[in-house]
Amino acid sequence: MIASILATTARIVAGSTVRWAGCAPTEEQRIYIANHSSHLDFIVLWSHLPPWLRRRTRPVAARDYWERDRLRRYLAAHVFNALLIDRTAAPGTPPGQLGRQAVDQMVEALSAQQSLILFPEGTRGAGEDLASFRSGLFHVCRAKPEVEVVPVYLENLNRILPKGHLLPVPMLSRITFGTPLRLQPDETKDAFLERARQSVRTLREAA
Amino acid sequence: MSLLHDAALQRLFGGLIILLVVATVVGRLVARRARDERALATVRNLNARINAWWVMCVIFAISVLIGPIGAVILFGLISFLALREFITLVPTRPADHRALLWSFFLITPLQYWLVAIHWYGLFSILIPVYAFLFLALRIAMSGDPTNFLERVSAIQWALMICVYSLSYAPALLGLGIRGHGTPGPTLLLFLVIVVQGSDVLQYIFGKLFGRRKIAPHLSPNKTVEGFVGGVAAATLLGALLWWATPFAIWQAGLQALIIALTGFAGGLVMSAVKRDRGVKDFGTIIAGHGGILDRVDSLTFAAPIFFHVTRFFYGG
Repeated sequence: MIASILATTARIVAGSTVRWAGCAPTEEQRIYIANHSSHLDFIVLWSHLPPWLRRRTRPVAARDYWERDRLRRYLAAHVFNALLIDRTAAPGTPPGQLGRQAVDQMVEALSAQQSLILFPEGTRGAGEDLASFRSGLFHVCRAKPEVEVVPVYLENLNRILPKGHLLPVPMLSRITFGTPLRLQPDETKDAFLERARQSVRTLREAA
Repeated sequence: MSLLHDAALQRLFGGLIILLVVATVVGRLVARRARDERALATVRNLNARINAWWVMCVIFAISVLIGPIGAVILFGLISFLALREFITLVPTRPADHRALLWSFFLITPLQYWLVAIHWYGLFSILIPVYAFLFLALRIAMSGDPTNFLERVSAIQWALMICVYSLSYAPALLGLGIRGHGTPGPTLLLFLVIVVQGSDVLQYIFGKLFGRRKIAPHLSPNKTVEGFVGGVAAATLLGALLWWATPFAIWQAGLQALIIALTGFAGGLVMSAVKRDRGVKDFGTIIAGHGGILDRVDSLTFAAPIFFHVTRFFYGG
Protein backbone atom coordinates (compact mmCIF):
# COMPACT_ATOMS: atom_id res chain seq x y z
CA MET A 1 0.00 0.00 0.00
CA ILE A 2 2.61 2.58 1.09
CA ALA A 3 4.93 1.15 -1.53
CA SER A 4 2.48 1.66 -4.38
CA ILE A 5 1.60 5.20 -3.24
CA LEU A 6 5.30 6.06 -3.08
CA ALA A 7 5.96 4.47 -6.45
CA THR A 8 3.11 6.40 -8.09
CA THR A 9 4.23 9.66 -6.48
CA ALA A 10 7.80 9.10 -7.63
CA ARG A 11 6.66 8.47 -11.20
CA ILE A 12 4.50 11.62 -11.20
CA VAL A 13 7.15 13.88 -9.68
CA ALA A 14 9.79 12.62 -12.09
CA GLY A 15 7.32 12.57 -15.03
CA SER A 16 9.19 9.54 -16.23
CA THR A 17 8.70 7.33 -19.23
CA VAL A 18 10.36 3.94 -19.26
CA ARG A 19 11.96 2.02 -22.14
CA TRP A 20 12.85 -1.64 -21.76
CA ALA A 21 15.24 -1.40 -24.71
CA GLY A 22 17.51 -4.39 -24.12
CA CYS A 23 15.42 -6.71 -21.95
CA ALA A 24 11.97 -7.20 -20.47
CA PRO A 25 10.86 -7.08 -16.82
CA THR A 26 11.09 -10.82 -16.13
CA GLU A 27 11.72 -13.14 -13.21
CA GLU A 28 15.40 -13.43 -14.12
CA GLN A 29 17.65 -12.71 -11.17
CA ARG A 30 19.45 -9.46 -11.81
CA ILE A 31 21.70 -6.68 -10.63
CA TYR A 32 20.43 -3.39 -12.03
CA ILE A 33 23.33 -0.95 -12.31
CA ALA A 34 22.63 2.72 -12.95
CA ASN A 35 24.24 6.14 -13.08
CA HIS A 36 23.86 8.09 -9.85
CA SER A 37 23.33 11.85 -9.71
CA SER A 38 20.21 12.49 -7.62
CA HIS A 39 18.41 11.37 -4.50
CA LEU A 40 15.55 10.44 -6.82
CA ASP A 41 17.58 7.83 -8.70
CA PHE A 42 16.87 4.71 -6.78
CA ILE A 43 13.24 5.43 -5.93
CA VAL A 44 12.38 6.23 -9.56
CA LEU A 45 14.18 3.15 -10.88
CA TRP A 46 12.46 1.05 -8.23
CA SER A 47 9.05 2.61 -9.03
CA HIS A 48 9.29 1.49 -12.64
CA LEU A 49 9.68 -2.17 -11.80
CA PRO A 50 6.35 -4.01 -11.78
CA PRO A 51 5.12 -4.50 -8.16
CA TRP A 52 5.84 -8.23 -8.12
CA LEU A 53 9.43 -7.56 -9.20
CA ARG A 54 9.76 -4.66 -6.77
CA ARG A 55 9.12 -6.96 -3.84
CA ARG A 56 12.12 -9.14 -4.64
CA THR A 57 14.49 -6.39 -5.76
CA ARG A 58 16.58 -4.76 -3.04
CA PRO A 59 18.26 -1.39 -3.45
CA VAL A 60 21.78 -1.29 -2.08
CA ALA A 61 22.08 1.89 -0.03
CA ALA A 62 24.27 3.62 2.53
CA ARG A 63 23.44 2.81 6.15
CA ASP A 64 24.56 6.22 7.49
CA TYR A 65 22.05 7.98 5.21
CA TRP A 66 19.08 5.66 5.64
CA GLU A 67 19.37 5.24 9.40
CA ARG A 68 19.60 8.95 10.15
CA ASP A 69 15.98 9.33 11.32
CA ARG A 70 12.92 7.21 12.09
CA LEU A 71 11.09 7.86 8.83
CA ARG A 72 14.06 6.83 6.70
CA ARG A 73 14.72 3.82 8.92
CA TYR A 74 11.12 2.72 8.49
CA LEU A 75 11.09 3.23 4.72
CA ALA A 76 14.41 1.43 4.24
CA ALA A 77 13.39 -1.55 6.35
CA HIS A 78 9.69 -1.99 5.55
CA VAL A 79 8.99 -0.34 2.18
CA PHE A 80 12.11 -0.61 0.06
CA ASN A 81 13.59 -3.60 1.86
CA ALA A 82 16.93 -1.90 1.31
CA LEU A 83 20.23 -3.67 1.70
CA LEU A 84 22.09 -1.23 3.95
CA ILE A 85 25.85 -1.21 3.82
CA ASP A 86 28.36 0.58 6.03
CA ARG A 87 30.44 3.36 4.53
CA THR A 88 32.23 4.59 7.63
CA ALA A 89 34.42 2.18 9.50
CA ALA A 90 34.67 1.98 13.25
CA PRO A 91 38.20 2.95 14.39
CA GLY A 92 40.57 0.05 14.25
CA THR A 93 38.92 -1.94 11.43
CA PRO A 94 41.48 -3.32 8.98
CA PRO A 95 41.45 -1.68 5.51
CA GLY A 96 39.21 -3.42 2.98
CA GLN A 97 37.03 -4.95 5.64
CA LEU A 98 34.02 -2.71 4.85
CA GLY A 99 34.18 -3.58 1.17
CA ARG A 100 34.37 -7.31 1.86
CA GLN A 101 31.47 -7.01 4.28
CA ALA A 102 29.34 -5.25 1.66
CA VAL A 103 30.17 -7.85 -0.98
CA ASP A 104 29.23 -10.63 1.46
CA GLN A 105 25.87 -8.96 2.14
CA MET A 106 25.09 -8.66 -1.56
CA VAL A 107 26.13 -12.23 -2.32
CA GLU A 108 23.95 -13.41 0.53
CA ALA A 109 20.94 -11.54 -0.85
CA LEU A 110 21.54 -12.98 -4.31
CA SER A 111 21.78 -16.45 -2.81
CA ALA A 112 18.31 -15.86 -1.35
CA GLN A 113 17.02 -15.37 -4.94
CA GLN A 114 16.73 -11.61 -4.59
CA SER A 115 17.72 -9.04 -7.21
CA LEU A 116 19.69 -5.85 -6.48
CA ILE A 117 19.72 -2.21 -7.50
CA LEU A 118 23.27 -0.91 -7.36
CA PHE A 119 24.95 2.39 -8.14
CA PRO A 120 28.51 1.27 -8.90
CA GLU A 121 29.88 4.82 -8.99
CA GLY A 122 29.50 4.64 -5.22
CA THR A 123 28.33 8.20 -4.76
CA ARG A 124 26.30 10.84 -6.56
CA GLY A 125 28.08 12.64 -9.38
CA ALA A 126 27.30 16.01 -10.97
CA GLY A 127 25.52 14.22 -13.79
CA GLU A 128 28.04 15.08 -16.48
CA ASP A 129 30.02 11.89 -16.99
CA LEU A 130 30.02 8.53 -15.27
CA ALA A 131 32.72 8.09 -12.64
CA SER A 132 34.71 4.85 -12.73
CA PHE A 133 32.91 1.90 -11.14
CA ARG A 134 33.87 0.56 -7.71
CA SER A 135 35.21 -2.95 -7.57
CA GLY A 136 32.36 -4.36 -5.45
CA LEU A 137 30.31 -5.13 -8.56
CA PHE A 138 33.14 -7.31 -9.90
CA HIS A 139 33.54 -9.27 -6.66
CA VAL A 140 29.80 -9.90 -6.41
CA CYS A 141 29.68 -11.09 -10.02
CA ARG A 142 32.66 -13.37 -9.48
CA ALA A 143 30.82 -15.03 -6.61
CA LYS A 144 27.56 -15.16 -8.61
CA PRO A 145 28.55 -15.32 -12.30
CA GLU A 146 25.11 -16.62 -13.34
CA VAL A 147 23.37 -13.38 -12.31
CA GLU A 148 22.53 -10.95 -15.12
CA VAL A 149 23.84 -7.39 -14.88
CA VAL A 150 21.32 -4.96 -16.42
CA PRO A 151 22.60 -1.48 -17.30
CA VAL A 152 20.10 1.29 -16.62
CA TYR A 153 20.39 4.90 -17.68
CA LEU A 154 18.51 7.52 -15.67
CA GLU A 155 18.10 10.69 -17.68
CA ASN A 156 17.30 14.15 -16.28
CA LEU A 157 16.81 13.13 -12.63
CA ASN A 158 19.84 15.23 -11.68
CA ARG A 159 18.08 18.23 -13.23
CA ILE A 160 14.86 17.51 -11.35
CA LEU A 161 16.59 17.22 -7.99
CA PRO A 162 20.27 18.15 -8.17
CA LYS A 163 22.74 17.55 -5.39
CA GLY A 164 22.21 19.88 -2.45
CA HIS A 165 18.58 20.81 -3.13
CA LEU A 166 15.44 19.83 -1.26
CA LEU A 167 12.59 20.66 -3.65
CA PRO A 168 12.27 19.03 -7.07
CA VAL A 169 11.61 20.98 -10.25
CA PRO A 170 8.99 18.91 -12.07
CA MET A 171 10.72 18.18 -15.37
CA LEU A 172 10.27 15.00 -17.39
CA SER A 173 12.71 12.13 -17.11
CA ARG A 174 13.44 8.93 -18.95
CA ILE A 175 14.64 5.53 -17.83
CA THR A 176 16.23 3.08 -20.22
CA PHE A 177 16.90 -0.55 -19.40
CA GLY A 178 19.71 -1.89 -21.60
CA THR A 179 20.97 -5.26 -22.77
CA PRO A 180 22.08 -7.53 -19.89
CA LEU A 181 25.70 -8.57 -19.57
CA ARG A 182 27.50 -11.24 -17.55
CA LEU A 183 31.02 -11.59 -16.21
CA GLN A 184 33.07 -13.69 -18.66
CA PRO A 185 35.11 -16.58 -17.14
CA ASP A 186 38.53 -15.07 -17.95
CA GLU A 187 37.61 -11.39 -17.72
CA THR A 188 39.83 -9.17 -15.54
CA LYS A 189 38.41 -6.82 -12.94
CA ASP A 190 39.30 -3.63 -14.81
CA ALA A 191 38.02 -4.95 -18.13
CA PHE A 192 34.70 -6.02 -16.65
CA LEU A 193 34.14 -2.80 -14.71
CA GLU A 194 34.95 -0.73 -17.78
CA ARG A 195 32.63 -2.87 -19.95
CA ALA A 196 29.83 -2.41 -17.42
CA ARG A 197 30.44 1.34 -17.30
CA GLN A 198 30.39 1.60 -21.09
CA SER A 199 27.11 -0.34 -21.22
CA VAL A 200 25.47 2.40 -19.13
CA ARG A 201 27.15 5.15 -21.15
CA THR A 202 25.97 3.76 -24.50
CA LEU A 203 22.39 4.02 -23.23
CA ARG A 204 22.94 7.71 -22.63
CA GLU A 205 24.27 8.25 -26.12
CA ALA A 206 21.37 6.27 -27.57
CA ALA A 207 18.88 8.38 -25.60
CA MET B 1 -23.64 26.23 -13.75
CA SER B 2 -23.43 28.35 -16.88
CA LEU B 3 -23.86 25.35 -19.18
CA LEU B 4 -27.30 24.55 -17.78
CA HIS B 5 -28.65 28.02 -18.48
CA ASP B 6 -26.77 29.20 -21.54
CA ALA B 7 -28.42 28.02 -24.78
CA ALA B 8 -25.41 29.02 -26.92
CA LEU B 9 -23.07 26.91 -24.77
CA GLN B 10 -25.42 23.95 -24.95
CA ARG B 11 -25.54 24.16 -28.74
CA LEU B 12 -21.75 24.51 -29.04
CA PHE B 13 -21.07 21.48 -26.85
CA GLY B 14 -23.91 19.57 -28.55
CA GLY B 15 -22.31 20.32 -31.90
CA LEU B 16 -18.93 19.09 -30.63
CA ILE B 17 -20.43 15.81 -29.45
CA ILE B 18 -22.17 15.23 -32.81
CA LEU B 19 -18.88 16.00 -34.58
CA LEU B 20 -16.97 13.53 -32.39
CA VAL B 21 -19.56 10.81 -32.95
CA VAL B 22 -19.28 11.32 -36.70
CA ALA B 23 -15.47 11.31 -36.49
CA THR B 24 -15.49 8.13 -34.42
CA VAL B 25 -17.78 6.33 -36.88
CA VAL B 26 -15.74 7.49 -39.88
CA GLY B 27 -12.52 6.49 -38.11
CA ARG B 28 -13.84 2.95 -37.52
CA LEU B 29 -15.03 2.66 -41.13
CA VAL B 30 -11.70 3.85 -42.52
CA ALA B 31 -9.89 1.41 -40.23
CA ARG B 32 -11.72 -1.50 -41.89
CA ARG B 33 -10.64 -0.41 -45.35
CA ALA B 34 -6.95 0.12 -44.59
CA ARG B 35 -4.85 -2.50 -46.38
CA ASP B 36 -1.11 -1.88 -46.32
CA GLU B 37 1.09 -1.20 -43.32
CA ARG B 38 1.47 2.56 -43.88
CA ALA B 39 -2.25 3.20 -44.24
CA LEU B 40 -2.86 1.12 -41.13
CA ALA B 41 -0.39 3.18 -39.08
CA THR B 42 -2.02 6.41 -40.27
CA VAL B 43 -5.49 5.13 -39.38
CA ARG B 44 -4.35 3.89 -36.00
CA ASN B 45 -2.89 7.32 -35.24
CA LEU B 46 -6.09 8.97 -36.49
CA ASN B 47 -8.26 6.88 -34.17
CA ALA B 48 -5.92 7.48 -31.23
CA ARG B 49 -6.29 11.20 -31.93
CA ILE B 50 -10.08 10.97 -32.07
CA ASN B 51 -10.19 9.05 -28.78
CA ALA B 52 -7.97 11.68 -27.20
CA TRP B 53 -10.32 14.37 -28.52
CA TRP B 54 -13.17 12.73 -26.61
CA VAL B 55 -11.19 12.89 -23.39
CA MET B 56 -10.08 16.47 -24.01
CA CYS B 57 -13.62 17.60 -24.86
CA VAL B 58 -15.05 16.00 -21.72
CA ILE B 59 -12.38 17.60 -19.50
CA PHE B 60 -12.93 20.96 -21.20
CA ALA B 61 -16.74 20.70 -20.88
CA ILE B 62 -16.53 19.80 -17.19
CA SER B 63 -14.19 22.70 -16.44
CA VAL B 64 -16.50 25.16 -18.21
CA LEU B 65 -19.49 23.62 -16.44
CA ILE B 66 -17.90 24.24 -13.05
CA GLY B 67 -17.82 27.95 -13.87
CA PRO B 68 -15.07 30.52 -14.50
CA ILE B 69 -12.80 29.08 -11.82
CA GLY B 70 -12.92 25.66 -13.54
CA ALA B 71 -11.50 27.03 -16.79
CA VAL B 72 -8.83 29.01 -14.92
CA ILE B 73 -7.72 25.87 -13.07
CA LEU B 74 -7.77 23.78 -16.24
CA PHE B 75 -5.59 26.24 -18.18
CA GLY B 76 -3.36 26.67 -15.13
CA LEU B 77 -2.72 22.92 -15.16
CA ILE B 78 -2.16 22.94 -18.93
CA SER B 79 0.37 25.74 -18.48
CA PHE B 80 2.12 23.85 -15.69
CA LEU B 81 2.41 20.69 -17.77
CA ALA B 82 3.42 22.62 -20.90
CA LEU B 83 6.11 24.45 -18.93
CA ARG B 84 7.32 21.10 -17.68
CA GLU B 85 7.68 19.78 -21.23
CA PHE B 86 9.37 22.97 -22.43
CA ILE B 87 11.89 23.27 -19.57
CA THR B 88 12.82 19.60 -19.99
CA LEU B 89 14.17 20.43 -23.46
CA VAL B 90 15.99 23.56 -22.42
CA PRO B 91 19.72 23.44 -21.50
CA THR B 92 19.44 24.62 -17.89
CA ARG B 93 22.21 24.17 -15.34
CA PRO B 94 22.06 23.17 -11.67
CA ALA B 95 22.48 26.85 -10.73
CA ASP B 96 19.07 27.58 -12.32
CA HIS B 97 17.27 25.32 -9.85
CA ARG B 98 15.92 28.12 -7.64
CA ALA B 99 14.81 30.22 -10.61
CA LEU B 100 12.94 27.20 -11.97
CA LEU B 101 11.26 26.55 -8.62
CA TRP B 102 10.05 30.18 -8.65
CA SER B 103 8.76 29.78 -12.21
CA PHE B 104 6.79 26.60 -11.54
CA PHE B 105 5.49 27.17 -8.04
CA LEU B 106 5.11 30.92 -7.68
CA ILE B 107 4.99 32.78 -11.00
CA THR B 108 2.66 30.30 -12.75
CA PRO B 109 0.03 30.11 -9.95
CA LEU B 110 0.28 33.87 -9.40
CA GLN B 111 -0.39 34.59 -13.08
CA TYR B 112 -3.52 32.41 -13.02
CA TRP B 113 -4.68 33.89 -9.74
CA LEU B 114 -4.47 37.37 -11.29
CA VAL B 115 -6.44 36.07 -14.28
CA ALA B 116 -9.03 34.56 -11.93
CA ILE B 117 -9.62 37.89 -10.18
CA HIS B 118 -9.63 39.72 -13.58
CA TRP B 119 -6.77 42.00 -12.59
CA TYR B 120 -5.90 42.93 -16.17
CA GLY B 121 -3.45 45.68 -15.19
CA LEU B 122 -1.19 43.19 -13.44
CA PHE B 123 -1.67 39.88 -15.25
CA SER B 124 -0.77 41.55 -18.54
CA ILE B 125 2.63 42.66 -17.20
CA LEU B 126 3.53 40.17 -14.46
CA ILE B 127 5.65 37.93 -16.66
CA PRO B 128 6.91 40.33 -19.38
CA VAL B 129 8.01 42.91 -16.79
CA TYR B 130 8.44 41.53 -13.27
CA ALA B 131 9.26 37.86 -13.90
CA PHE B 132 11.42 38.85 -16.87
CA LEU B 133 13.70 40.99 -14.74
CA PHE B 134 13.50 38.89 -11.58
CA LEU B 135 14.57 35.65 -13.30
CA ALA B 136 17.61 37.33 -14.84
CA LEU B 137 18.60 38.64 -11.40
CA ARG B 138 17.96 35.31 -9.66
CA ILE B 139 20.10 33.40 -12.14
CA ALA B 140 22.85 36.02 -11.96
CA MET B 141 22.81 35.68 -8.16
CA SER B 142 23.47 31.96 -8.45
CA GLY B 143 26.98 32.89 -9.56
CA ASP B 144 27.30 30.61 -12.61
CA PRO B 145 27.84 32.73 -15.77
CA THR B 146 28.19 29.79 -18.20
CA ASN B 147 25.84 30.39 -21.17
CA PHE B 148 24.06 32.93 -19.00
CA LEU B 149 22.14 34.63 -21.79
CA GLU B 150 20.96 31.34 -23.31
CA ARG B 151 19.76 30.00 -19.97
CA VAL B 152 17.95 33.17 -18.93
CA SER B 153 16.26 33.69 -22.27
CA ALA B 154 15.19 30.06 -22.56
CA ILE B 155 13.48 30.17 -19.16
CA GLN B 156 11.88 33.55 -19.93
CA TRP B 157 10.70 32.20 -23.27
CA ALA B 158 9.24 29.12 -21.62
CA LEU B 159 7.22 31.28 -19.23
CA MET B 160 6.05 33.66 -21.96
CA ILE B 161 4.84 30.85 -24.24
CA CYS B 162 3.58 28.26 -21.77
CA VAL B 163 2.17 30.49 -19.04
CA TYR B 164 1.71 34.09 -20.14
CA SER B 165 0.33 33.46 -23.63
CA LEU B 166 -1.88 30.54 -22.64
CA SER B 167 -3.36 32.42 -19.69
CA TYR B 168 -5.04 34.76 -22.18
CA ALA B 169 -7.49 31.97 -23.01
CA PRO B 170 -9.19 31.91 -19.57
CA ALA B 171 -8.65 35.69 -19.35
CA LEU B 172 -11.38 35.95 -22.01
CA LEU B 173 -13.83 35.01 -19.25
CA GLY B 174 -13.31 38.43 -17.67
CA LEU B 175 -13.31 40.45 -20.89
CA GLY B 176 -16.16 42.99 -21.12
CA ILE B 177 -17.65 43.62 -24.58
CA ARG B 178 -19.40 46.89 -25.47
CA GLY B 179 -23.15 46.31 -25.34
CA HIS B 180 -22.84 42.63 -24.39
CA GLY B 181 -21.67 42.71 -20.78
CA THR B 182 -19.18 39.90 -20.14
CA PRO B 183 -19.95 37.08 -22.60
CA GLY B 184 -17.42 34.89 -20.83
CA PRO B 185 -17.40 31.20 -21.75
CA THR B 186 -18.75 31.61 -25.29
CA LEU B 187 -15.74 33.74 -26.26
CA LEU B 188 -13.40 31.11 -24.83
CA LEU B 189 -15.27 28.35 -26.63
CA PHE B 190 -15.21 30.30 -29.91
CA LEU B 191 -11.41 30.65 -29.64
CA VAL B 192 -10.77 27.03 -28.66
CA ILE B 193 -13.14 25.57 -31.27
CA VAL B 194 -11.75 27.70 -34.11
CA VAL B 195 -8.08 27.21 -33.20
CA GLN B 196 -8.34 23.45 -32.64
CA GLY B 197 -10.77 23.12 -35.55
CA SER B 198 -8.24 24.89 -37.74
CA ASP B 199 -5.53 22.40 -36.66
CA VAL B 200 -7.79 19.45 -37.46
CA LEU B 201 -8.95 20.94 -40.78
CA GLN B 202 -5.36 21.67 -41.83
CA TYR B 203 -4.50 18.07 -40.98
CA ILE B 204 -7.46 16.75 -43.02
CA PHE B 205 -6.83 19.01 -46.03
CA GLY B 206 -3.14 18.16 -45.85
CA LYS B 207 -3.81 14.40 -45.80
CA LEU B 208 -6.33 14.64 -48.66
CA PHE B 209 -4.74 17.18 -51.00
CA GLY B 210 -1.29 17.93 -49.56
CA ARG B 211 1.47 18.09 -52.19
CA ARG B 212 3.78 21.07 -51.72
CA LYS B 213 5.53 21.30 -48.37
CA ILE B 214 5.20 24.73 -46.84
CA ALA B 215 8.15 24.52 -44.41
CA PRO B 216 10.14 21.35 -45.19
CA HIS B 217 12.91 22.16 -42.72
CA LEU B 218 10.62 22.90 -39.79
CA SER B 219 7.57 20.72 -40.15
CA PRO B 220 7.54 18.18 -42.99
CA ASN B 221 3.83 17.43 -42.47
CA LYS B 222 2.62 20.97 -43.15
CA THR B 223 1.62 21.60 -46.76
CA VAL B 224 0.45 24.62 -48.73
CA GLU B 225 -2.80 22.82 -49.57
CA GLY B 226 -3.40 21.92 -45.92
CA PHE B 227 -2.69 25.49 -44.84
CA VAL B 228 -4.93 27.19 -47.42
CA GLY B 229 -7.78 24.68 -47.15
CA GLY B 230 -7.61 24.49 -43.37
CA VAL B 231 -7.48 28.23 -42.80
CA ALA B 232 -10.32 28.86 -45.27
CA ALA B 233 -12.48 26.16 -43.71
CA ALA B 234 -11.74 27.41 -40.18
CA THR B 235 -12.71 30.93 -41.25
CA LEU B 236 -16.00 29.56 -42.56
CA LEU B 237 -16.49 27.56 -39.35
CA GLY B 238 -15.95 30.69 -37.26
CA ALA B 239 -18.35 32.73 -39.38
CA LEU B 240 -21.00 30.03 -38.97
CA LEU B 241 -20.59 30.24 -35.18
CA TRP B 242 -21.36 33.97 -35.14
CA TRP B 243 -24.64 33.41 -33.28
CA ALA B 244 -22.72 32.27 -30.18
CA THR B 245 -20.55 35.42 -30.11
CA PRO B 246 -21.01 39.18 -29.74
CA PHE B 247 -19.81 39.51 -33.36
CA ALA B 248 -21.68 40.00 -36.64
CA ILE B 249 -21.22 37.18 -39.13
CA TRP B 250 -18.46 38.93 -41.12
CA GLN B 251 -16.72 39.95 -37.89
CA ALA B 252 -16.80 36.39 -36.61
CA GLY B 253 -15.31 35.22 -39.91
CA LEU B 254 -12.55 37.82 -39.72
CA GLN B 255 -11.79 36.90 -36.10
CA ALA B 256 -11.65 33.22 -37.09
CA LEU B 257 -9.25 34.09 -39.93
CA ILE B 258 -6.97 35.88 -37.44
CA ILE B 259 -7.20 32.92 -35.04
CA ALA B 260 -6.39 30.39 -37.78
CA LEU B 261 -3.43 32.41 -39.10
CA THR B 262 -1.91 33.10 -35.67
CA GLY B 263 -2.58 29.47 -34.72
CA PHE B 264 -0.64 28.32 -37.78
CA ALA B 265 2.18 30.69 -36.82
CA GLY B 266 2.24 29.20 -33.32
CA GLY B 267 2.48 25.66 -34.69
CA LEU B 268 5.30 26.70 -37.02
CA VAL B 269 7.31 28.45 -34.31
CA MET B 270 6.92 25.57 -31.88
CA SER B 271 8.03 23.18 -34.64
CA ALA B 272 11.18 25.26 -34.97
CA VAL B 273 11.77 24.89 -31.22
CA LYS B 274 11.33 21.12 -31.48
CA ARG B 275 13.68 20.89 -34.49
CA ASP B 276 16.27 22.95 -32.63
CA ARG B 277 16.11 20.61 -29.64
CA GLY B 278 16.10 17.51 -31.85
CA VAL B 279 12.74 16.05 -30.84
CA LYS B 280 9.60 15.17 -32.77
CA ASP B 281 7.12 15.81 -29.96
CA PHE B 282 7.22 17.70 -26.69
CA GLY B 283 5.97 14.72 -24.72
CA THR B 284 3.89 11.55 -24.72
CA ILE B 285 1.02 12.44 -22.42
CA ILE B 286 -1.76 12.51 -25.07
CA ALA B 287 -1.89 9.33 -27.17
CA GLY B 288 -1.68 10.13 -30.90
CA HIS B 289 -0.94 13.81 -30.34
CA GLY B 290 2.31 13.84 -28.35
CA GLY B 291 2.69 16.23 -25.45
CA ILE B 292 0.36 18.89 -24.07
CA LEU B 293 2.43 21.54 -25.81
CA ASP B 294 1.97 19.78 -29.15
CA ARG B 295 -1.77 20.18 -28.69
CA VAL B 296 -1.82 23.81 -27.52
CA ASP B 297 1.06 25.19 -29.64
CA SER B 298 -1.34 27.07 -31.92
CA LEU B 299 -3.25 28.40 -28.91
CA THR B 300 -0.11 30.00 -27.49
CA PHE B 301 -0.12 32.45 -30.41
CA ALA B 302 -3.86 32.69 -31.06
CA ALA B 303 -5.01 33.35 -27.46
CA PRO B 304 -3.13 36.61 -26.71
CA ILE B 305 -3.77 38.04 -30.19
CA PHE B 306 -7.48 37.16 -30.13
CA PHE B 307 -7.78 38.67 -26.64
CA HIS B 308 -6.12 41.95 -27.55
CA VAL B 309 -7.81 42.31 -30.95
CA THR B 310 -11.19 41.74 -29.31
CA ARG B 311 -10.39 44.07 -26.46
CA PHE B 312 -9.20 46.80 -28.84
CA PHE B 313 -12.16 46.71 -31.22
CA TYR B 314 -15.02 45.54 -29.01
CA GLY B 315 -13.87 46.09 -25.41
CA GLY B 316 -16.05 48.13 -23.10
